[in-house]
Amino acid sequence: MDLHFGDSKPTDEERAAIDALLGPPESSWEGADRSDADLRWARGGREARDRRDLLLPGLHAINDRVGWISDGALDHLCRRLTVPPAEAYGVATFYSMFSVKPRPATVLHVCTDLACAAAGASELCAGVEARLGLGSGVHVERSPCLGLCERAPAALAIKAGDPVRTAVSAPATVHEAVLAASSPDSAPQEPPAAMAVPQAGDPGLTLLRRVGVVDPSSLDDYRSHGGYAALRRAFALGPAGVIREVTDSGLVGRGGAAFPTGRKWQATASQPDHPHYLVCNADESEPGTFKDRVILEGDPFALVESMTIAAYATGAHRGYLYLRGEYPRALRRMEHAIAQARARGFLGDDVLGQGYAFDIEIRRGAGAYICGEETALFNSIEGYRGEPRSKPPFPVEKGLFGKPTVENNVETLVNVLPILTMGAEAYAAIGTEKSTGPKLFCVSGSVERPGIYELPFGATLGELLDLAGVRPRLRAVLLGGAAGGFVRPDERDIPLTFEGTREAGTTLGSGVVMAFDDTVPLPRLLLRIAEFFRDESCGQCVPCRVGTVRQEEALHRIAERTGAAAADDIALLREVGRAMRDASICGLGQTAWNAVESAIDRLGAYE
Amino acid sequence: MTVTELGIPRRLLEFTIDGQAVRAPEGATILDACRAAGKDIPTLCEGDTLRPKNACRVCVVEVEGSRTLVPACSRKAEAGMEVRTGTERARHSRKIVLELLASSVDLSMTPQVAEWIKEYEAKPDRFGPDAARLNEEPRVDNDLYVRDYDKCILCYKCVDACGDQWQNTFAISVAGRGFDARIAVEQDAPLTDSACVYCGNCIEVCPTGALSFKSEFDMRAAGTWDESAQTETTTICAYCGVGCNLTLHVQDNEIVKVTSPHDNPVTHGNLCIKGRFGYQHVQNRD
Repeated sequence: MDLHFGDSKPTDEERAAIDALLGPPESSWEGADRSDADLRWARGGREARDRRDLLLPGLHAINDRVGWISDGALDHLCRRLTVPPAEAYGVATFYSMFSVKPRPATVLHVCTDLACAAAGASELCAGVEARLGLGSGVHVERSPCLGLCERAPAALAIKAGDPVRTAVSAPATVHEAVLAASSPDSAPQEPPAAMAVPQAGDPGLTLLRRVGVVDPSSLDDYRSHGGYAALRRAFALGPAGVIREVTDSGLVGRGGAAFPTGRKWQATASQPDHPHYLVCNADESEPGTFKDRVILEGDPFALVESMTIAAYATGAHRGYLYLRGEYPRALRRMEHAIAQARARGFLGDDVLGQGYAFDIEIRRGAGAYICGEETALFNSIEGYRGEPRSKPPFPVEKGLFGKPTVENNVETLVNVLPILTMGAEAYAAIGTEKSTGPKLFCVSGSVERPGIYELPFGATLGELLDLAGVRPRLRAVLLGGAAGGFVRPDERDIPLTFEGTREAGTTLGSGVVMAFDDTVPLPRLLLRIAEFFRDESCGQCVPCRVGTVRQEEALHRIAERTGAAAADDIALLREVGRAMRDASICGLGQTAWNAVESAIDRLGAYE
Repeated sequence: MTVTELGIPRRLLEFTIDGQAVRAPEGATILDACRAAGKDIPTLCEGDTLRPKNACRVCVVEVEGSRTLVPACSRKAEAGMEVRTGTERARHSRKIVLELLASSVDLSMTPQVAEWIKEYEAKPDRFGPDAARLNEEPRVDNDLYVRDYDKCILCYKCVDACGDQWQNTFAISVAGRGFDARIAVEQDAPLTDSACVYCGNCIEVCPTGALSFKSEFDMRAAGTWDESAQTETTTICAYCGVGCNLTLHVQDNEIVKVTSPHDNPVTHGNLCIKGRFGYQHVQNRD
């Protein structure tokens, strides 16, 4: 690769940030001072290109230190990693948390997504923008869902520096959000993760039983609450035995697609190509979803243990935890948990003295919903634009770095612990015949006690809403997030199972249950959903890239219209929506019209 | 003597296209099989010298058992597959894709699109006069070729040709996201500040005229471009020993553009700056 670099040079700070990640440059070819040794130095071919996956961490390093990515910094990073600058520019401009234009060191992300919009995000935004104008040293960014829906409206301040500082303000007032942005260090502490779990401490809980009970920073506390019993059982069963248990348990993926986990593991484990990889998808970005955050923050060791089990079963020795960039506390907790586990022999060359090697690396997302799509996530980790790949080949055959990969959602993985400790049979007895086990639901919006609820599959929508204390004058319930569908308030009997929601013509998705009362005009919500998809489309395929724009335009036109005045545009929406569903490459485009369609058909949004 | 590569014999797969039994060699795509069976499926991002990107989705067909439509250009044929190319569902998606593209991009120089729009009864105007368009101005920043991204359908062919599939220069990439995604060099700089080596292999594969010779761009602007008055002569490049084929497009006894045959077994339509743009000496009459 004959790379071409411009003349821009990195600042000392930018250079230091990159060198802190990659180590000092070894030669002037990599940006060090010139010396005679350079004449006999070469790093080329595979050795140089194989570090491409450090591109995203490198961009984070620059952005964390300076707040934006200058040409000089980008060039220097490219030199260090042998990445063509044009490609790195394409990657940097893909993620919404990066900027290639100068901006203040502090960025305040104010969530304007569904739950926050219903809780007054637009007033918050307007107030914050009025206070933090030009020259305030804070750049205000309207953001998609920050995963803090139980405390809407939410704002996240990120102040670049060494180290980068973050502060969450939720529920945010203008004053508190401004305070968080101007001095993140002195902003009030976030409440503990257990505050998002109204059932916390209930002994009947399975997945959430440790949240709020154990100290999330203590491995010993985790172990004294049953931690690492499942891994010991896994070692006793052997990889095939673990897969058998998981298959028998009937566990299916909790990220939204509901694919049988045992089958996925079996398919990966049996691939002759090596190495195998494990990827944990913690890029939870579906509007209204915050269950993974609560597990990551409240019970981080559970994820470390379940990743170890999954990797052991599928023959992987390296696991990647792809964590969404907007979860700073989850990042800190997971970093700490992984370091503790490593120090104590629960990760590393010889896990629990069983001769099995496994380690976990955290990779941070940088603001791209699409990276929750499994193959887009692989591209993101590998240092490419997070665009979905076309399937087949499927990840079990050719996934991360082109190798057999098993990718599971956080919630799916932590279900493996009770499966192994209580046995497949007992686990499968929870829930219904086709949807086994407990399920986490993210309840937000117009309810008294928003948060994560754990219920066995089979509870009805009404039961869940009652548990969360639904407020009067309910107008609509959104199931499954922006990619899901609306149901009517009178559809309380819908069983919250995969088959039950399917039968009712809707979807469970990732477990989002968002309640809206009649104070929020439905067309405004639909418009926000359409904006979300327009912003988050990667742009690769035409139906989604242009279709999401046309969908938003049509919804704009009919925002104030009903009946015959809206009929033409609704017909147009249906036609575009159908093509998006049929012809888009990935799930984003395929589901971009779901919520709008359900609002029109089920709720009569424009009648 | 031209050596035609025969390769190892490939197993034939039997399946059906529109109810008709067809056989295609293992590894062939649905599109290959459709073309062999004489069925015409529109394609835009598919390139004969590039790996399928399946970004445009205009070639979608129905495959029995598949939840969504399937891109014919990239999906490999499988034994027993039941492919349907002309169903209402497939035609609907093609129509919408054509409408979405034609309403946002200048397709005036894209071959066959006008026919397809007619055939599929696409009405790009129905998104209204305010429908967002790319709204890009042509970028004329060097003497050799022009990038008019108002005509760009983001098929990725230029990126693939510049990158690991042919040229290995990696001067361009897709930058930005969604509707704002554009082909760009780093920092969206002029080409002259980029890694571009002016091989023009991106122009060779561009399906929409977004990339064109400066000579063609200027003549079109002046209204003197007349393809019917052009002759095409395939010859051998005189510069080096490789002996690439050049196809000289000549109008009024002047070379106006140079392409290269895609079926050349060595170069597959790729050239270097000399072959592509270094033709002035031929017509230097002083």
